[in-house]
Amino acid sequence: MGQTLFEKIWNRHVVATMPDLPAAPGAAQTGGTAILYIDRHLVHEVTSPQAFEGLRLTHRKVRRPELTFATMDHNVPTIDRLTIRDPISKAQIEALEKNCAEFGVTLYDLKSERQGIVHIIGPELGLTLPGTTIVCGDSHTSTHGAFGTLAFGIGTSEVEHVLATQCLLQTKPKTFKVEFTGRPIPPVTAKDLILKLIGTIGTAGGTGYVLEYGGEAIRAMSMEARMTVCNMSIEAGARAGMVAPDETTFQYIASGKRPFAPTSEAFERAVASWRTLPSDPDARFDRTMSLDASQVAPQVTWGTNPGMVVDVTGRVPQPDQVPGYSQRDVEQALAYMGLTPGTPMTQIPVDTVFIGSCTNARIEDLRASAKIFKGRKIAPNVRVLIVPGSQQVRQQAEAEGLDQIFLTAGCEWRQSGCSMCLGMNPDQLKPGERCASTSNRNFEGRQGKGGRTHLVSPQMAAATAIAGHFVDIRTWMER
Amino acid sequence: MEPFRSHRGVLATLDRANVDTDQIIPKQFLKSIARTGFGQHLFQDWRYLPDGTPNPEFSLNGPRFRGASILVARNNFGCGSSREHAVWAIQQDGFRAVIAPWQQRGETRVPAFADIFRNNCAKNALLTVELSEPEVEEVFQMVDRFPGLEATVALEHQRMTLHLAEELSFHFEIDASTKERLIHGLDDIGLTLKQDAAIRAFESTHNPQLFTASKQTS
Repeated sequence: MGQTLFEKIWNRHVVATMPDLPAAPGAAQTGGTAILYIDRHLVHEVTSPQAFEGLRLTHRKVRRPELTFATMDHNVPTIDRLTIRDPISKAQIEALEKNCAEFGVTLYDLKSERQGIVHIIGPELGLTLPGTTIVCGDSHTSTHGAFGTLAFGIGTSEVEHVLATQCLLQTKPKTFKVEFTGRPIPPVTAKDLILKLIGTIGTAGGTGYVLEYGGEAIRAMSMEARMTVCNMSIEAGARAGMVAPDETTFQYIASGKRPFAPTSEAFERAVASWRTLPSDPDARFDRTMSLDASQVAPQVTWGTNPGMVVDVTGRVPQPDQVPGYSQRDVEQALAYMGLTPGTPMTQIPVDTVFIGSCTNARIEDLRASAKIFKGRKIAPNVRVLIVPGSQQVRQQAEAEGLDQIFLTAGCEWRQSGCSMCLGMNPDQLKPGERCASTSNRNFEGRQGKGGRTHLVSPQMAAATAIAGHFVDIRTWMER
Repeated sequence: MEPFRSHRGVLATLDRANVDTDQIIPKQFLKSIARTGFGQHLFQDWRYLPDGTPNPEFSLNGPRFRGASILVARNNFGCGSSREHAVWAIQQDGFRAVIAPWQQRGETRVPAFADIFRNNCAKNALLTVELSEPEVEEVFQMVDRFPGLEATVALEHQRMTLHLAEELSFHFEIDASTKERLIHGLDDIGLTLKQDAAIRAFESTHNPQLFTASKQTS
């Protein structure tokens, strides 16, 4: 029988399998624990200090420093990035600098023109390549799966494990194929498709699985759009999401300045190998589903997790009418969000718009939103933050004049970092503030204590910034 | 890692589904470079009022749950961010085990705990106990009826027992490998390093940089 994309990569990275010990009567047998080899380990300042400290305490080294790459992104201020006023943030950033120097790890620091959100710079640098395994102490590591890479987030103990051994102990996850048939009708985007999927299967619908996305919609997508889809796999509970590599993937890797990507003859050999990765026609998945992309409308979340989402033409739901959630869950979410059941989504005003994050801060995202901002002004009393995902994205946007479009429209144009996606830096919502955000999590307090987050695509965010409330971008654009 | 065999303690209930790790430990506490000091900030935004005093509405602040060491929650506990700080916060506030229900939705069984969180728990000997929804509902009701109710979670026998006048006991599943590691308090890194020969053999044929051009200046 054939193998799936996931199984091919998994099998090529199993160092050894440790069988379940018989001393566990009655326990569910797992087929053993695999020692899985990790090709690239990405590190950032928040989830690594305790791991490096663990190495120091046990007198261990980083086994493969040349496969380990670090940057700082979560704590970084996006206005004056070199002046970090919060002493605790500053200490965390300095700890990363010190740890990288001590253990010989390559660091793209705040002065580097390659700095950025870790999941944005991996692909930019050519570190993210098909058929490889990538881990990072960050749940959005699933982003890299867009290249046909097995990539997933890990905790700090596992970060230490990978630093020390270049391996991880893993039981094999199940596989789940999601087929997006048809093509989304612009301005419906990859973001809308993934939000629709999460709304359909729920925030735990993918738990225990690796998702593989396929179908016409995925094939037609750019790499950047595929990254948006894979990025939010974790919001469906799946640690990893993957897309089989194809010509789009190879072209992306060959384009631009990617110091770690193969070139010339090495590239040709690589492509030949990468072509063997897609799931075989007779490969079996543990679960499959399909979703008609042509029927998907722009999505807006109304609640406090990414599965609480509706079409922009919809209304804030009645608490007893949301499948998969108890009445109390919905009441709690609506109370936090300050929303009344039955309100049309397009009548909800916002205070802030955030365009950024590892979900939607690549150059295409900025181009798409700039198209909407061009020749328009943002609504009065709305604050709009545009935060490029990396310094490379920032430079590119400025070279294309996008920054001028944003500034003329009344937006703030910032330096790169995680920014308001999670408010570990000065960019935060105030209590009660409502935000249209291109990020990935609308959890309570995520963007600032008491802040109210609605997840949308970059295009929807831009249109919302101009209108001052959510709009159905499809009809709004025609005006 | 400290072994986990069996633990007896007071149960505390948190009646919410989809509790995410941002809720368990909010972002501002992730700036610490230490592994301790998180317990007092567990569920910070729910636990304290804006003026910093305990929120009387929040279940875990109730006097009946004082000293509790087994947390009972609803489905999809620990979703979201991979932050292991969430596990440290739960442990450092005195909990040794978390109980949550798996859920049957159509043909699929939705696990009680999010994947990364469950892994992080196992690395720190915080036991995750998955029961069925009706079982967890029963635990909620019993805790409601009998203040100070205690339970024993016996990992070896995979049983959770409520110490009522007439004891009520539930079987739980756990994968063999996690169970083994917890019971013996195995050090994962040490264990993997024992496989050094296998790792070296693997590395001799697997070059992660096979397709990578020589490193250029960036």
